[in-house]
Amino acid sequence: MIRFQGVAKRYPSGREALADLTLEVAAGEMVFLTGHSGAGKSTALKLLGLIERPTRGQIVVAGQNLASIGRRGIPAYRRRIGMVFQDHKLLHDRPIWDNVALPLVIQGTPRRELDKRVRAALDQVSLLGRERSFPIELSTGEQQRVGIARAVVGKPPILIADEPTGNLDPDLALEVMRLFKRFNEVGVTVVIASHDVHLIEQLGVRRIGLAGGRLAGDAHG
Amino acid sequence: MAETLARDAAAPRFASLLRGWLERHLQTFVASLGRLARAPFGTALTVGVIGIALALPACLELVVVNARALSGGWANALDLTVYLKPHLPDHDATQLAERIGARGDVASARLVTAAEGLAEFRRWSGLGAALDALTDNPLPASIVVRPRVTEGAGDAVTVDVLADALRTLPGVDQVQLDTEWVRRFTAILDALKRAVTVVALLLGLAVLLIVGNTIRLDIDARRAEIEVIKLVGGSDGFVRRPFLYGGFWYGAGGGLVAWLLVEGFVLTLEGPVGRIAAAYGSGFALAGPDLRTSAALLAAGALLGWLGAFVSATRHLRAIEPGVEP
Repeated sequence: MIRFQGVAKRYPSGREALADLTLEVAAGEMVFLTGHSGAGKSTALKLLGLIERPTRGQIVVAGQNLASIGRRGIPAYRRRIGMVFQDHKLLHDRPIWDNVALPLVIQGTPRRELDKRVRAALDQVSLLGRERSFPIELSTGEQQRVGIARAVVGKPPILIADEPTGNLDPDLALEVMRLFKRFNEVGVTVVIASHDVHLIEQLGVRRIGLAGGRLAGDAHG
Repeated sequence: MAETLARDAAAPRFASLLRGWLERHLQTFVASLGRLARAPFGTALTVGVIGIALALPACLELVVVNARALSGGWANALDLTVYLKPHLPDHDATQLAERIGARGDVASARLVTAAEGLAEFRRWSGLGAALDALTDNPLPASIVVRPRVTEGAGDAVTVDVLADALRTLPGVDQVQLDTEWVRRFTAILDALKRAVTVVALLLGLAVLLIVGNTIRLDIDARRAEIEVIKLVGGSDGFVRRPFLYGGFWYGAGGGLVAWLLVEGFVLTLEGPVGRIAAAYGSGFALAGPDLRTSAALLAAGALLGWLGAFVSATRHLRAIEPGVEP
């Protein structure tokens, strides 16, 4: 489903975030990208979301070489990838319903279908009934769950998350990770960048370790 | 058969796509208006500036249109005034008037004797007392000639030919075409009309720049939101749409303000212009913008607003990409 082949990324500032990364994630798999900050986890996810382009190497997602996707093709590609961010990236001037509905509105989903699907997504993250609230009225954990609902509402085959539990206390973090696991169990390929080793070990999924922009370990279960 | 099936399958899908498209546009259309209403001061400033920029050429155009209507009424007055040599005996003058009146290309010829001329001048000039001081009548007798204008040939050339013929008659001092100044006036109007066009183009460009800059500031203010929308797969077109409608509303609002300003301009001038017309014994009334002009003003505003937003948004939205490392 996802293949990195000799990928390197050097930012204009000169910092080399990825040196030479090769890895493969199968369809329906759930993996954690682990490593210290600066190991290249975030950069790998940014390359996956076409937020950045690699300096060298090849990335293939669902059979499509990302280098072949031009500027105009990016939106259509991103609609097939659900992205969750550490800082949630919610629109604070709009209620929860609007935030979750955004990917569907972009896709042009008919109005009568919108409410059903938004409520279904909110139900999956246990936030049904908060549609009219604004992000500011929700706790950090709840805001992160809104971010997850927004990522999955369009039923993307791939879900990527960059430090989704970075701002959460351990109990909430475990809850959020279990949520990702549930999506994985229904067939979604999930890639999560996290440095929270204790948490990851409790979940028993594949861990890909990064260090200095290279593969440093690959442990299953 | 297969084609029919394909069409039947495609038709409802197309209809549903179209409905979705219309729904989204209508939603953005209204939402962009609501967004402007939430920042009433800034919106009013922009709309006001656009209104003034559009009202200026519209007012000038109105002046030209009215002046043209006025001069149109005079253009038919092709009368010639034939001034006779001073101290020509009245008898000779009468004979000359009859002779001119008998010409085929003359409709009528009316003799104004020196005494009548003075009386008329006294009446119109308001210099009665000053004229009383004169011992002698300084005015010559004159003949007011109305040419017979044949349909189609009734232009200045015919009149010029007649004037030349009259000039050669004995006893004639000089011939003056009353239409000459009307022609000059029309020429001035033509020049003025061109000036209005240039001013309209320049101010139209100003509206483009005003809207473009306003939209640029709007985009800057909503940078974070634009980034998020792009992150979840919003295309450039989707991100741009609310700004285009924003520009449309700015322009349409400016058009409305311009229309109000023009109406105000007409109302302000109506009284004085009416008094001037009355003083000249004319029934002329200032014409305000008609329905077509009003509609054109609104449409021009809306179109310029949309266009300014399109150029600005297309340019500036490109630069906003999520996650690019600073």
